[in-house]
Amino acid sequence: MAGMPLTSPPSAPDGLTVTRPRRQRTSSWPLIDRIGYWLCWATGIALCLIAFGIVLFMFVKGISYLKLSLLLHSPAPSTKQSESGGFFDPIVGTFILTALGVLIAGPVGVAIAAWLSEYGRPRPLARAVESAVETIGGVPSVVLAIFGLLVFSADFLGFLSQRAANGSVYGRSFFAGGIIMAVLALPLIVGATREGLAQVPDHMREAAYALGKTKASCIRHVLLPAIRPNIASGVVLGMGRIIGDTAIVTILIGVTLQNEAVGSVPVLGTLRGTGSTLTSYVYNNSPAGEGGSPQKAYAAAFVLLIVVLLLNALVTRITRGADEDRRGMATRMRSLARIAWTR
Amino acid sequence: MDPMMPPPVRRIALERDPHVAPSNDNGAHAASVLGASAAPAAPAPYATPALERMRVESVWLAYGERWVVRDVSLAVRQGEILALIGASGSGKTTLLRSLNRLTEVTSGAARSGQITLDGEEIHELEVNGLRRRVSMVFQQPNPFPMSIFDNVAYALAEHPARGGRRRRRTSKIESAVADALQRAGLYDEVADDLSRSALRLSGGQQQRLCIARALAAEPEVLLLDEPCSALDPISTATIEQLIVALRESVAVVIVTHNLQQAQRVADHVAFMHLGELVEYGTSEQIFDRPKLQRTRDYVGGAFG
Repeated sequence: MAGMPLTSPPSAPDGLTVTRPRRQRTSSWPLIDRIGYWLCWATGIALCLIAFGIVLFMFVKGISYLKLSLLLHSPAPSTKQSESGGFFDPIVGTFILTALGVLIAGPVGVAIAAWLSEYGRPRPLARAVESAVETIGGVPSVVLAIFGLLVFSADFLGFLSQRAANGSVYGRSFFAGGIIMAVLALPLIVGATREGLAQVPDHMREAAYALGKTKASCIRHVLLPAIRPNIASGVVLGMGRIIGDTAIVTILIGVTLQNEAVGSVPVLGTLRGTGSTLTSYVYNNSPAGEGGSPQKAYAAAFVLLIVVLLLNALVTRITRGADEDRRGMATRMRSLARIAWTR
Repeated sequence: MDPMMPPPVRRIALERDPHVAPSNDNGAHAASVLGASAAPAAPAPYATPALERMRVESVWLAYGERWVVRDVSLAVRQGEILALIGASGSGKTTLLRSLNRLTEVTSGAARSGQITLDGEEIHELEVNGLRRRVSMVFQQPNPFPMSIFDNVAYALAEHPARGGRRRRRTSKIESAVADALQRAGLYDEVADDLSRSALRLSGGQQQRLCIARALAAEPEVLLLDEPCSALDPISTATIEQLIVALRESVAVVIVTHNLQQAQRVADHVAFMHLGELVEYGTSEQIFDRPKLQRTRDYVGGAFG
């Protein structure tokens, strides 16, 4: 079925009626089947209601407190609500952390997946790498954060953060948070890329070998370009995970109200410095945290939710857009769901 | 003549000019070919003796414990088309794949005997260089999910290995791609937009693209593994015509289980059965005057 563009089926010639498959009448089914059928409907609708409820609740709460000034002003230390500013710095912080995490995890994840899928020798090493990636995927993010703190407090890694007056390494910075976020996103990217590589049929690899291309050339020029949508959706899933994470942020970014750079070098200074993200801002301003402005917390949570929803829509668009040339969406969404929901 | 023998099928007129492209109007041309009278055209004699490109000597091939090809000896010559025919499981595809060492991709493949390309044993040659000189086209059209231009450009030996998708369209690469597409008879149909995705072509066009890709590196031998079995008759006729046109410049080996196709296209035929080479001869000998009973049975349709 190669190469047929997807068009709607041609209309029937004159004189013929087109029969379309109709929904089965469930009244003729055995009772157990009917119960199962309606149970599926009920749970599906319930899930829709729950998701809709969350979005609606946050929308209602958030939109009432969200003002444009909140998005544009940095937070300021003050107990008065009118003077405590907005959450511009946390938004920037979220962006920095996500970008850093994805820039590190992307190439590393694709490389690991390509090695596992195409080479994978010696076998024990491949199995070990596979288990390691799955283990990382299962580790709670707070454990990863504590591990990160331990690592980045080491003396020789002082250049990634800052030093206190007595010479000890602070260990908390955007670098530290970004690297651990990369570790967090890695299993998602590896999983999505491996699924994509498994879906490329073997005859495509054979065609490349038969042309006299090396395995490396085949991977670089045929396989990876062919699975770009899979890699993209893996990256976006990773981004979603990074944006939503709170534990790593609260432990590893040295939560300060504004993004404080260290030293005078422009970009590196910010990365070595401390700051906050939307998630830590929501936590701190909620009734559970120190700040007492739940309205701003709702507003920030609303912004966070919108960002995540936009990312999900982006994933759907990427995967659906690629299916003009390739397999059906059902397979793709199934494989995506398998990755996303096992995390 | 034996009533069990199939009637002689009209052979496609052999083209002497290797660069003539089949006409644009494939439907009409093919129809005239398929519907022509039954008078067989006499094959044009060779202007020069056929140049031997590859020699297979006493080759045994096994996958794991199972012997798939037993003691086969053949010659592959430029200027002629060699057809490997036989029932399923006769080892013809395995023999074909061993000619460009594609059997090594499967673990557990073993080989004994000699296969030489221009006098050099192929196992001593570098495998990727060998595969550029001996190209293969598969049964299922398998274009890469790139544009038509990139598909053919990827196969060019001199295209820069760096840069991934952004291959510089130098005039040298462009002319080489156009040339390969011409030889495959596809250029006229796709010249208006070479950056279209290759997956949007029809099955016959995709297979011709695969042939263009195989021809891009100017191979010495072209191996075809049942190239038309997934295609409709019109595409099949176009591709058969193309293969016959190519035989002057490359040695062609085609595996086919379609006896009529072998009769239409082949100059020499090797009949294999259960891994052994039962009979080898010219097309007339095998189809009109087979020497062995088993050949007679297969060609007459008694089994297969």
